[in-house]
Amino acid sequence: MKRPPAGVLAAFQHVDAAASGIRQVKQQGCKDFTVYCPVPNFEILQAVGHRVSPVRLWTLIGGLTGFASGYAMTMWMSYDYPIVVGGKALGSIPPYIVIMFELTILLGALATIAGLIFHTFQTHRAAHYDPRFTNDLIGVFVPCSPERQKAVEQLLRGAGATEVRVEQ
Amino acid sequence: MAAVAKPELVRVPPTYAEITHDISATLGKPGRTYYLLLASAIVIMLWGAAALLWQVRYGLGVAGYRPPVMWGVYITTFVFWVGIAHSGTLVSAILYLFRSAWRTAVYRTAEVMTVFAVMTAGLFPLIHVGRIWYAYWLIPYPNQRQLWVNFKSPLLWDVFAVTTYFTVSATFLIVGLIPDIASVRDVASGWRKKLYSITSLAWRGTDQQWRHYTRAYLYLAALATPLVLSVHSVVSWDFAMSIVPGWHTTIFAPYFVAGAIYSGCALVITLLVPLRKVFKLERYIHEDHFENLAKLLLLTGMLVGYAYGSEYFIAWYSGNDAERSSFWFRAFGQYWWATWTMLICNGFLPLFLWFKKIRRSIPAMFVLSLFINLGMWFERFVIIVVSLSHEYEPYAMGHYTPSWVDWSILLGSFGWFFMWFLLFAKNFPMVSIAEVKEIIPMPRKERTHA
Repeated sequence: MKRPPAGVLAAFQHVDAAASGIRQVKQQGCKDFTVYCPVPNFEILQAVGHRVSPVRLWTLIGGLTGFASGYAMTMWMSYDYPIVVGGKALGSIPPYIVIMFELTILLGALATIAGLIFHTFQTHRAAHYDPRFTNDLIGVFVPCSPERQKAVEQLLRGAGATEVRVEQ
Repeated sequence: MAAVAKPELVRVPPTYAEITHDISATLGKPGRTYYLLLASAIVIMLWGAAALLWQVRYGLGVAGYRPPVMWGVYITTFVFWVGIAHSGTLVSAILYLFRSAWRTAVYRTAEVMTVFAVMTAGLFPLIHVGRIWYAYWLIPYPNQRQLWVNFKSPLLWDVFAVTTYFTVSATFLIVGLIPDIASVRDVASGWRKKLYSITSLAWRGTDQQWRHYTRAYLYLAALATPLVLSVHSVVSWDFAMSIVPGWHTTIFAPYFVAGAIYSGCALVITLLVPLRKVFKLERYIHEDHFENLAKLLLLTGMLVGYAYGSEYFIAWYSGNDAERSSFWFRAFGQYWWATWTMLICNGFLPLFLWFKKIRRSIPAMFVLSLFINLGMWFERFVIIVVSLSHEYEPYAMGHYTPSWVDWSILLGSFGWFFMWFLLFAKNFPMVSIAEVKEIIPMPRKERTHA
């Protein structure tokens, strides 16, 4: 595992204080900070200001691929091994809709998971952590050089952090 | 994610730390009762497995199949378990999309039930076909005979529907578990810490993780939602596409879906009642949750009752002799006991749910849920066995009596289901830590109207 960079790790008990701290860190021009939260909180996510996750594109592409492959598979297999019953058409769309639908859902879901894994790893940053961040505290880790650490520490304390520590 | 709850849903709102503590405490060292229950489930499962081996050794003749009834207890039980699964997806996915706050405390149990119920259901078509080792013939794969499967057959639709349902519901369960496993990891010690460190997939609740996770979870819920309606519709078409009197009817898809949600809600109640007691989760799962589940039961129970009435009415109104005869046979023929068990348990007993007192009484709900599950198993028995035993020609009518092998495999399926359920319940959180926290507003420094 990659060693996290040096920086300042702050813990907040209050959501509004954490959101204010995040906004101030951003105003200082810092972009590569990491925020920890035990639940997805709108106020925090708004303060961080990410764009909507691209996972939705994976879902769309997966779903469309599933639908198309459901159509292609059923039609091709019907003509590849033709069994004519009562002179009816070999490629009969209505019963194949069930297969197309199921594959739309299946590949849509699997692509969503693939997208989730891909983007989570892609946007992963090595950062210092405290186990209480999955329990009841909000964490903010700001990587910074030793000369900036004091200023960042003061900024986070001023915003209402209950604990601030410098990590090397 | 979930909306802010009405205050009564979490009566004295616990703190985030209390939620983590209370739910993590359910994963402590199991007591003797747990081991006794688990051992019983395993013994029952092994008995079923022994019966299955017997059937594999001597062939399907040891089951009670006799022409014309070649679909018996196995297909009945398959439909029963697939049906059970549905309410789990309803509670976890559909109610999530509706931002229903009450679901947060109960959806994990429902979801776990879904996954294990589909796992159980999936065994029965394999058991039913007899030669289990040829099960892979159901999958379209290139083979030397250059033969493909018949996509026009509802039985093949089932293969795709059930496989998709299992994959999507298992995925949805696992994704929902990740933040909770991380919470438990951070307070655990010993081998559990190692287990949760691996299974939490390095979750730390970072802004980027939540950013992608919340979207993925939303889309998975949206994808799982149509499955609630589609899977049991496809199962119903196994019957409705044929011309057997009592099966060939357009009402089957909605009738089966309503019945599936009905039986699933009943099993959720059956599981939640002991679970909350044993795990001391009364603070999180209480009368309000049972009342909401009871309302779902009441709604779907009324739909099922309406479907029963409609079936009988149409059989009479159609003027079709075979239909009339089939439905007369259901009520007054050799299998009258099965039909009346179904009608009383599914049509009459749920009428008690109109009373708020019953809906809020946990013991009453537990007893009712057991009767409803019994009734729903018999509903499938009536639809399948009774219809097949009384088709068109009197010389081709016959009687089916399940053998000890049928009953043992049915019983074994309950052992199989409860074994997985118990193993899961003691190793992973049965109440969602993150989502229960979500319905409680985070502490604020400044009081606002937000």
